Amino acid sequence: MSALLEVEAVSRRFRGLLAVDAVSFGVDAGELFAVIGPNGAGKTTLFNLIAGALPPSAGTIRLAGERIDGLRPDAIAARGVGRTFQIVRPFPAMTVRENIMVGSLMRTPHAAAARAKADAVMERLGFAALADRPAASLTLPDRKRLEVARALATEPRLLLLDEVMAGLRPTEVDAMVATLRAINAEHGTTIVLIEHVMRAVMALAGRVLVLHHGARIALGTPAEVVAEPEVVRSYLGTGPVH
Amino acid sequence: MRWALGLALAGALLAAPLVAGRYELSVLILVFQFVLMGQAWNLMMGYAGQLSLGHALYVGLGAYVPALLWLHFGVSPLLGVFAGMAAAMLAGAAIGWLGLRFGIEGVYFALLTIAFAEITRVAFDHLPVTGGAGGLFLPVTPEGRAAWWMLDGGPVFFYYVTLALAAGATGVVAWLARSRMGFLWRAVRDDPVAAEALGVNLFRARMQAILVSSAMASVAGVVVAFYYRNLFPSQVFDMSRSIELILAPIIGGLGTVLGPVVGAALLTPAGEALAALVHRAGLDAPGVKAVAYGLLLIAVIWVRPSGIWPWLARRLGVS
Ligand SMILES: Nc1ncnc2c1ncn2[C@@H]1O[C@H](COP(=O)(O)OP(=O)(O)OP(=O)(O)O)[C@@H](O)[C@H]1O
Ligand SMILES: [Mg+2]
Repeated sequence: MSALLEVEAVSRRFRGLLAVDAVSFGVDAGELFAVIGPNGAGKTTLFNLIAGALPPSAGTIRLAGERIDGLRPDAIAARGVGRTFQIVRPFPAMTVRENIMVGSLMRTPHAAAARAKADAVMERLGFAALADRPAASLTLPDRKRLEVARALATEPRLLLLDEVMAGLRPTEVDAMVATLRAINAEHGTTIVLIEHVMRAVMALAGRVLVLHHGARIALGTPAEVVAEPEVVRSYLGTGPVH
Repeated sequence: MRWALGLALAGALLAAPLVAGRYELSVLILVFQFVLMGQAWNLMMGYAGQLSLGHALYVGLGAYVPALLWLHFGVSPLLGVFAGMAAAMLAGAAIGWLGLRFGIEGVYFALLTIAFAEITRVAFDHLPVTGGAGGLFLPVTPEGRAAWWMLDGGPVFFYYVTLALAAGATGVVAWLARSRMGFLWRAVRDDPVAAEALGVNLFRARMQAILVSSAMASVAGVVVAFYYRNLFPSQVFDMSRSIELILAPIIGGLGTVLGPVVGAALLTPAGEALAALVHRAGLDAPGVKAVAYGLLLIAVIWVRPSGIWPWLARRLGVS
């Protein structure tokens, strides 16, 4: 397997705070990869750096061998990186279908084709019934699913999911895990997910990166990282484990 | 139901000059102008979320450029309109570039649009070629023969011209709203950060909206120039013009195809009737229309914050 995403010594500083501290890791094409760590560990900031929402203070980021750090978010999206927002950002005045169409319009210039694609994505995520509802009227779990749907509609090579299972019931978590697995298997979509729901992490991820105070403290299979004393001390012992 | 309603309305509009008098026609012509300008402004604000308080600039350029071309070179306004469009788009591009390049957004962007309109007003006041503050007058065709290709005609002629323009603008907006561009504009309006993450180029989307909007607004200028046949910078580029043209879309419903139509159809006749009433009562109150518009605006925003049309459409079951 070849590395799809290569993060090398990436840092991000917010005034005095080093939110991401010289983090390096690689994700292979087709991998299911998780990022965990306590609140404020720098997970979301790491996503913002990869997706171009923030420029890194130092380090390089490569997608399929090409540098993407410093590119605008839309350019990175066009290269095949889809991302969701932990604090959801729906287009409130647009319907669910229209929200998803914005994603599919990146790959097709035609509204009709984008609509068909959006309908397929909604079907897949099980909320076709909500198609014509304004996004502003959705519940939080549905807004999280909308985030996933919109990102998926861009047909990403790399999907960055930021706590999309937070607030879901256990059965819904299992359904989402199954859906993500299926997408990964069918399209070879590489998925990197930030998740506090350990049930999902253990079920889904082949490898896990653990961040603490912005720095990488562990990287390995789920079984390996949960056995690391430092991970237990900084995260599993104290953080929310579901 | 929907089709019957539309057909009846179209028939009534086409037949109106048969029954309407000069005054009624002049009011309807005004309504159509406000539909056209309102549609243009609504594209930028209602669809793409960019507040412009300087649209009089585009209308004014769309008036002056064809008027000057006609006066000095005898160019038909039917061609001059494209030159006016180009001038308006150039001005829009300059404003847009400054705003987007330097991240001037929201009210600050609105201030920028005002500044450009004001600067242009002052410049036109002092430029000899535009006739300066003394104004520009467009004589009627010398032989006294009305000529449609020189946009010279009576109220009935301008009634159909403005009706066609208003209908055309509404059609264009309806088409744009369903196009890829329209979708991306609305996404940018609702959440630029999310839109960008979905591959939308913010600069391009916003610039497109400015260009289409300024081009459409400039067309209204041709009517202003050739129907009223006199132009003064202090009137054409005045800020009150920019304000006046945004009322109909706000009252009718921002970001809806028919909002500017409904808004203009209610607002303009009401304002004109009020002014006539005050005049007949022998009162001299030039600000009465502005006050009435202001009160109406507050009332509508109070009870129907998203405008009259979305509510009316639900009532009529046509949304
Ligand atoms: N735009 C910003 N400006 C200043 N500080 C920021 C900014 N974004 C994040 N931070 C800070 O950086 C640190 C890391 O935040 P981040 O959101 O990346 O953590 P996280 O691991 O995603 O946490 P959580 O699990 O709560 O989502 C925090 O201390 C946060 O306050
Ligand atoms: Mg986070």
